[in-house]
Amino acid sequence: MKARSGLSRLLRLLPLGAATLLGGCNWAVLDPKGQIGIDERSIIITATWLMLIVVIPVIVLTFAFAWKYRASNTRASYSPDWDRSTAVASIMVLLPCAIVLCLSVITWRTTHELDPYRPIASDVDAINVDVVALDWKWLFIYPDQQIATVNEVAFPSNVPVNFRITSASVMNSFFIPQLGGQIYAMSGMQTRLSLIANQAGIYDGMSANYSGAGFSDMKFKAIAVTDHEFRDWIAKVKQSPKQLGVNGYKILAMPSEKNPVEYFSDVDSQLYEGILREARGGSDALCTASRE
Amino acid sequence: MLGRLTLSAIPFDQPIIMGAFGFMGLVAISVMGVLTYSRKWKWLWTEWLTSVDHKKIGVMYIMLAIVMLLRGFSDAIMMRTQLALASGDAPGFLPPEHYDQIFTAHGVIMIFFMAMPFMIGLTNIVVPLQIGARDVAFPFLNSLSFWLTVAGFGLVNLSLGIGEFARTGWLAYPPLSELQYSPGVGVDYYIWSLQISGVGTTLAGVNFIATILRNRAPGMTLMRMPIFTWAALCTNIMIVAAFPVLTVTLALLTLDRYLGMHFFTNDLGGNPMMYVNLIWSWGHPEVYILVLPAFGIFSEIIATFSSKRLFGYAPMVFATMAIAVMGFVTWLHHFFTMGAGANVNAFFGITTMIISIPTGVKVFNWLFTMYRGRVRFPSPVLWTIGFMVTFVIGGMTGVLMAVPPADFILHNSLFLIAHFHNVIIGGVLFGYLAGLTYWFPKAFGFTLNETLGKCSFWCWLVGFYLAFMPLYILGLMGMTRRLNHYDNPDWHPFLVVAAIGAAVILCGILFFVAQIVVSIVQREKARDLTGDPWGGRTLEWSVSSPPPFYNFATIPVVHGRDAFWEMKMKGLKQPIMALKRIHMPRNTGTGPIVGAFSLMMGFALVWHIWWMALLGLLGIVFSTIVHSFNENRAYDVPAEDIARIERFASPLLAH
Repeated sequence: MKARSGLSRLLRLLPLGAATLLGGCNWAVLDPKGQIGIDERSIIITATWLMLIVVIPVIVLTFAFAWKYRASNTRASYSPDWDRSTAVASIMVLLPCAIVLCLSVITWRTTHELDPYRPIASDVDAINVDVVALDWKWLFIYPDQQIATVNEVAFPSNVPVNFRITSASVMNSFFIPQLGGQIYAMSGMQTRLSLIANQAGIYDGMSANYSGAGFSDMKFKAIAVTDHEFRDWIAKVKQSPKQLGVNGYKILAMPSEKNPVEYFSDVDSQLYEGILREARGGSDALCTASRE
Repeated sequence: MLGRLTLSAIPFDQPIIMGAFGFMGLVAISVMGVLTYSRKWKWLWTEWLTSVDHKKIGVMYIMLAIVMLLRGFSDAIMMRTQLALASGDAPGFLPPEHYDQIFTAHGVIMIFFMAMPFMIGLTNIVVPLQIGARDVAFPFLNSLSFWLTVAGFGLVNLSLGIGEFARTGWLAYPPLSELQYSPGVGVDYYIWSLQISGVGTTLAGVNFIATILRNRAPGMTLMRMPIFTWAALCTNIMIVAAFPVLTVTLALLTLDRYLGMHFFTNDLGGNPMMYVNLIWSWGHPEVYILVLPAFGIFSEIIATFSSKRLFGYAPMVFATMAIAVMGFVTWLHHFFTMGAGANVNAFFGITTMIISIPTGVKVFNWLFTMYRGRVRFPSPVLWTIGFMVTFVIGGMTGVLMAVPPADFILHNSLFLIAHFHNVIIGGVLFGYLAGLTYWFPKAFGFTLNETLGKCSFWCWLVGFYLAFMPLYILGLMGMTRRLNHYDNPDWHPFLVVAAIGAAVILCGILFFVAQIVVSIVQREKARDLTGDPWGGRTLEWSVSSPPPFYNFATIPVVHGRDAFWEMKMKGLKQPIMALKRIHMPRNTGTGPIVGAFSLMMGFALVWHIWWMALLGLLGIVFSTIVHSFNENRAYDVPAEDIARIERFASPLLAH
């Protein structure tokens, strides 16, 4: 009775997991569209299989022993004082040790390979995007293109994107599940994240770390396009009548929810550095930054 | 005069809050009414509130835990209902400012005011009996610990109707919890309720370390201690090592909020990352503080009901100690995504995985305890087997998230939520409920209704899988935690299933409450006259149920592990002639009085009512001084009285 309920639930999950790998849509983490995400998914799958080597036997043995040695089964052997066995002890230590050793090697290797700060090797030049988490929206500054956007970030597919990330408010987490892992956005500090999209598409982005009342709507779209389309997109942003200077930024930074996408055709080149510096304490660092 | 407290602090416009607060008030008033009507106030005060008897304190701790389980669960079911409704354009029935308090309160209540009191309550009832002691090392300190916990409990519940609770998540990360972003009293309620109850917990830790190390019966060497006592020893060492970190961390946050300092602010040299590190270097050991005693409970149960010695006692002890030590060097895995370098992340990932080795040893020990045993299946064993199957799944997802690159996409998602509920419900809660059923007859003298207990177990088990397996899937679908509403229609069906799961768990809780009520009503039918209803192995079963207030008429002499089992096998009896007078501590009202002053001080500090805070502080200091001059703290129970009690009570002496 019990055996069936626990185990069947587990068994039901496995094909479900497998099915999603084959091609269901909207399975963000299991359906990655970027190299980092693909690598991270394969780690999840490898680690899961490795652990199932010990988890499945334990579940099966639990039910098997409970059934075989039930009190009513008087034919089963009974040794009330049997409490040690070198053979069992060695298996129960060595098997988990072996698995943990494998996992540790995988962990050490992949943690370095997939360090979010590590630039992705590529023949083409990376795109640089500076990201600022605001209450409750995302500001994207393209330092090379001198443009800025809110709640929408675009980049060419198959080109590495180097994000520099900070927050002008509380802690958030910058996350595009289908492209790869997240990293915290913290005020006064800068984190980095390298991502790449293997194919064009519109991917959901969000803050993964609770940041207050407007948190649930702190979402953005990450748009991976062809080189050509990316140039068009830049041109479109460049045509926006709005520009982002220090004063405009201060208005933008005020708390607001469900912000629509906004484009700024020009941006103060010192804005990002100024935001970092302001958070670290100088009261008018922003103004200083813009004067520099 | 009243600081920041005005009439507008009471949310009259919020029907849900006012309803809940009104209901709690109504329950409190009816309890008080019944006490007044039946003239039980004096009895309550002398027999319970001022008691320094570890068994009664344990019972009160567990009653507190069960009340908070109900409150924490009502938060849970509101959250699941909200998310089952708030799909697409629908806002659900809870606006963010209320919802955010609910998920914060749920975490705080379940960890600090449900799991901790439950654990300390079970430790209180069981450990002195298991080691053949008459009480804990410091009985008054025990009472004080309890009443400080009650003061924290009082503050959390006051926050429901007076003011608000924190909207920061259960660990109150700054800068969100700083004055700039959380100007209300919510975080202050959070701080002071945890500070006051945290002091109580630390003192309880000190008390139990001393008790276990100093009060064991003659012959009970460390390696003959019952495994639950071992777990309690390691847990309490962890408490004493970890809780001061929490206290200091919250004190620094308090300085930021009250005196304008900058430990964790964004600016002027403050660093929120410091808080995150500090809070988790308490927070991760806390997880093991909760789960080690549960492991101990399962070990006792599986050996008793397999009618067999626990397999691998020594490995079990070393595994417990290894977990207790390793638990302090894994905290960074809670924030791999903070941007520490690959070396740091990999180091903490690997230390986390290493913990799975001693944990695995424990699982295999339970397995091989059943092997060649005679396993009976009353509800404590069902909880144990349910735990073994559920916990290994939770352990697996935990190790998975210990791999930093995997954590980068699973962190802060519902996968994480599913994982820690998998280990906290499947491990901690199943363990405590198993322990409650197992030791209930010892504490109260009658066994709990088995049918209702089994119904409760099955609802909890099925409800757990229904409520949390969809959350694993949702995490893989990219749904993050703490969302108030969402517009991804693919998530909706899974959230509906999760809500149904929560409803099934509700049935489990109702069966549990019914089990307690029915068992009390029918207690005469289920009296445990032997003191040993399960065929127990350890000393707590050698005394009557409930034990006399002095526990052991004559302190037993221990010759090996499973001391009581050996006595039964060898047919040992305690001679009635050997009775001597027993020195016992007197009840004292200082505990509840200090608790009341602490509550007053905490409430005043939350609302900046400085004169009242000072009054509370002076009250605490003054009552402590008065208590320290009280020389009349213990008395002797004459041998004749003991003989009389034993003739009626003790199963061993009754022969």
